[in-house]
Amino acid sequence: MTALRRMASTPWIWSFVGALLIWLATVAFTGGYGGGGMITAALSLAVFMVIVGTGQMFVITLGPGNVDLSLPANIGLASAVAMTVMNGQDSRIALGLLAALACGAAVGVANYLLIWALRIPPIIATLSASFIIHSIDIAYGRGLQIKPPPGFAAFTNIQILGIPLLALLTILFTVLAALALNRMIYGRSVLAIGQNIRAAWLAGINVGWTRFATYTLCGTLGGLDGALLAGYFRGANIDIGNEYLLSSIAVVVIGGTSVAGGKANVPGIWGASLFLVLLLTMLNTFGVSAGVRLLLTGLIIVGVIAAAGGEETR
Amino acid sequence: MSVEAVERRAPRAGAAGRARMLRSMLPAVSLAIVLLAIAWLNPRAISYFGFNLMLNLAIPIALATIAQMFIIAVNELDLSIGTFVGFVGCVTATWLRDAPLVGILILIGSIGIYALLGALIHLRNLPSIVVTLGMSFVWQGLAVLLLPKPGGKAPEWLSAIAGYKPPFIPLPIIAAILIALVVHVGLMRTSYGAILRGTGGNATAIGRAGWSLLRIKVTMFALAGLFGVLSGMTLIGITTSADANIGNGYTLLAIAGVILGGGEFVGGRVSPVGAVIGALTLALAASPLLTFMKIPPDWQVAANGIILIIVLAARVLISRRER
Repeated sequence: MTALRRMASTPWIWSFVGALLIWLATVAFTGGYGGGGMITAALSLAVFMVIVGTGQMFVITLGPGNVDLSLPANIGLASAVAMTVMNGQDSRIALGLLAALACGAAVGVANYLLIWALRIPPIIATLSASFIIHSIDIAYGRGLQIKPPPGFAAFTNIQILGIPLLALLTILFTVLAALALNRMIYGRSVLAIGQNIRAAWLAGINVGWTRFATYTLCGTLGGLDGALLAGYFRGANIDIGNEYLLSSIAVVVIGGTSVAGGKANVPGIWGASLFLVLLLTMLNTFGVSAGVRLLLTGLIIVGVIAAAGGEETR
Repeated sequence: MSVEAVERRAPRAGAAGRARMLRSMLPAVSLAIVLLAIAWLNPRAISYFGFNLMLNLAIPIALATIAQMFIIAVNELDLSIGTFVGFVGCVTATWLRDAPLVGILILIGSIGIYALLGALIHLRNLPSIVVTLGMSFVWQGLAVLLLPKPGGKAPEWLSAIAGYKPPFIPLPIIAAILIALVVHVGLMRTSYGAILRGTGGNATAIGRAGWSLLRIKVTMFALAGLFGVLSGMTLIGITTSADANIGNGYTLLAIAGVILGGGEFVGGRVSPVGAVIGALTLALAASPLLTFMKIPPDWQVAANGIILIIVLAARVLISRRER
């Protein structure tokens, strides 16, 4: 009983409950048909949200004003870089992945350099950076018609007992991220900075380095996401990352991480990502038009946030 | 608390008033530099028709920037203003033309929704970034429902106003001055305007002084909605037809415009005149300047980013002297 009550008071449990309810509603609608396939598909798509969501979570945890708006442009550029370097050859997969990671990391470093050198709020620094990256992407990646190497495309689709391999790897990754957040000096520093940056600084935490590492980490994860998306959707695309501006922030907040910083939650990202993906699947199954789908997605996000409520003190 | 508070201590009292003035002149100086560059590259652009062409689309951007400024003044951020402008555009090109009364009611209702959002964000203490991000989907969805394909047509009276050619001074310049003046007087020169901005500086103090913080938030969000409506209507007046995605780029442009104009994310430090100048600078630098420099339009977006970075870097240099 106490365990049950403790579970009910953990905020992230609700995102899983929500995901489950949506799945049940859809399965009830289809008359029990395709329930398993729906989970497989949802896991495959949720992976991309979880990866960038984790990066965004570390950034948001740094405190108010910390958010990475350059993720969509970053993902778009990295997808183009990965596809160009791989050049459709299986032997160059590792090289292409490394190039995408390096490209994402470079974006993260550039973001932090702007924040540090210009002392501007991260939101405007990552915004200016995203303008520039987006243009580079348009100039470099337009009309790019390179297909991913067959091996890489197959890799993004491998399933073990109906569970995508990518999802398993991402679960492993999020376990490591949770360990880093709660048990390692780096993660504890991020939390401390988010709670009170001045106190953290006085306590001897290397604030500059931690912030640098966090933005670089987020950028690198954006790069990884770009490469994987290009593999999964069979090609790079400038707009491939567009939806991850909203979803990366939404999964972090719905998952129980505080927008005011200093409080983070890794499992919630999975719950929230599955919730959002299943929500879209459900609306597609119900056969609603694109307009209604957008409208309902927005209303449900606002509704969930309003129901969860904000911080007691900001 | 942000890192700035740690890294940048408060400027000493009375120190370098000149640097502060320089800082407040920065938006005007950046606009002047962009104009000079255009004049140097293509002297013929500096004419009645040149300005009309170059600045036409700057007016809806300026109005959206003012809308964003109201939100930023109370330490919030609106990530839905772009899709809202698009939604208003679709209403303008359909309902406002075919059934003006219904169209007007829809637009007034949408301002009401903005006011309600302000109340919701204040009462439930919600992060405005997430709420408005969600709303951006709602507005886009509604816009797509209204106009699944680009189309519609601007009401004649609106196209007539947008196409009006006053003697001597091009319409966009008159409109820009008018917008800046009206908002400047309202927000910077009235006592309630000071209260509104003060909420961004110290909400607790304003609340203790007996002002309703809820009313202030609702007022600011409603004002943002109003200027969003004006932005969407102007945009359709100029382009004459609508598209559900027509305003998407405005969200980020509006934030950039406010910051370029000397506004800050926290503390209620905003400048309506600066915001309008910032929007004009972005509009001029992104398209006409690049065209005259023979740089491909691919780099339009980058130009916005680079201008932001240059102006912010200049601001840092000036602030150092201020200390």
